[in-house]
Amino acid sequence: MDTQASDARPVLEGPDIARVLTRIAHEIVERAKGADDVVLLGIPTRGVFLARRLATKLEEITERKIPVGSLDITMYRDDLRMHPPRALARTEIPGDGLDGRLVVLVDDVLFSGRTIRAALDALGDIGRPRAVQLAVLVDRGHRELPIRADYVGKNLPTSLRETVKVQLTEEDGRDTVLLGVKPTQ
Amino acid sequence: MQRHLISAADLTRDDAVQILDTAEEMARVADRPIKKLPTLRGRTIVNLFFEDSTRTRISFEAAEKRLSADVINFSAKGSSVSKGESLKDTAQTLEAMGVDAVVIRHGASGAPYRLANSGWIDAVVINAGDGTHQHPTQALLDAFTMRRRLVGRDAGIGQDLAGKRITLVGDVLHSRVARSNVDLLHTLGAEVTLVAPPTLVPVGVDTWPCVVSYDLDAVLPKSDAVMMLRVQRERMNAAFFPTEREYSRRYGLDGERMAKMPEHAIVMHPGPMVRGMEITAEVADSERCTVVEQVANGVSIRMAVLYLLLGGNQPAVTHTRIEEK
Repeated sequence: MDTQASDARPVLEGPDIARVLTRIAHEIVERAKGADDVVLLGIPTRGVFLARRLATKLEEITERKIPVGSLDITMYRDDLRMHPPRALARTEIPGDGLDGRLVVLVDDVLFSGRTIRAALDALGDIGRPRAVQLAVLVDRGHRELPIRADYVGKNLPTSLRETVKVQLTEEDGRDTVLLGVKPTQ
Repeated sequence: MQRHLISAADLTRDDAVQILDTAEEMARVADRPIKKLPTLRGRTIVNLFFEDSTRTRISFEAAEKRLSADVINFSAKGSSVSKGESLKDTAQTLEAMGVDAVVIRHGASGAPYRLANSGWIDAVVINAGDGTHQHPTQALLDAFTMRRRLVGRDAGIGQDLAGKRITLVGDVLHSRVARSNVDLLHTLGAEVTLVAPPTLVPVGVDTWPCVVSYDLDAVLPKSDAVMMLRVQRERMNAAFFPTEREYSRRYGLDGERMAKMPEHAIVMHPGPMVRGMEITAEVADSERCTVVEQVANGVSIRMAVLYLLLGGNQPAVTHTRIEEK
């Protein structure tokens, strides 16, 4: 991973990420007509940090408290049997629940769409939102399921030989999106 | 790599902590409107119980069902076993049915190990109590209960029980719960003290990683958790102590004794309790007694073990202490 990071070039830097999140926050307010019933759910690990940052921006815009939580999708993955069991992350649903709310799922990279498929299944076991929308920092294409994002930070056309790595201060010590090339084996 | 859970002694510290951390997430499923995960869909698990059990069997069954596995319950009573079928033949019958995991309770110590290592079956074997040997999921749920109460639910994630003083009281000789707990608690860094009448202390206890005492009152003020073991009358052919009254006076836990424990200390019992024998009703019904909590935690721990052994294409739990076969 580290050798690959050295060849990787940044496509989004810290200030870009901040601007992108501000824009997404405004789009959410616009489309949700004030974001009265919005609940943000981040998908671990980095989606959770993005959801928290979005919530802060939304609170600045609406001057209202925005419920934010996390949704671990590990147990709903469709590739569980192809790997050793993964460690579970925390699912934290805000106190008032999801019934009748507008749930915005937040993730760092949208790729095959399989993570979001799993997230929709997980949501179904937790509550019945009024609607579910999806916000991602980067959409790199190559969808394998009929899923699209409602809010996209940056569309990044990639080849399957490339890697997209999001780094966030909370987890990695800095904010950046790196585009690299998969090491050939 | 071992794929089975036979003994608490096989678990490394990291394995054990991973199971406890996974159980902490599993516990949160119980608070959801739909208490079910799709993780083990299409996997078949047999609960093979050659010995009576209520809570362990129901607990395993609840855990299996919450993970969407198909569950087959088998009890020796009313089965071919009562007609004289051997463990090997029973195992091969299950294998022929395409079973993915076998949860086994057996009166003979070592039966789960035999089942796992004989080559009779391909399924994952989980020990749900064998004779006076081991009961690893009980030890895990006890450790989970201790970590939640003594370290904290969220603060406990990734932590072991380093430095916690745990006292096990009573019938150690017949107790697989005691053996499993001593092994696991030692692995997790706790200091374990056994308190029992000399007749109920097993031969060879000096090789166990724990201290033995015969004086409950001296140990209580230095305990973070006190686990009362059931006096297993059904395993006592000979008398191990003069009278029940004498036993409960010297080794039973009543309100007066409980008051000698530090304020944060908890009282545990693997169940079923014999009220008036090893524990008085006053203690059993007090806030500090975690018996009911232990039952709830048992479901979470068993979900974690099933997920980690069966959830992927190979087990996440590594058993480094047993030689590979």
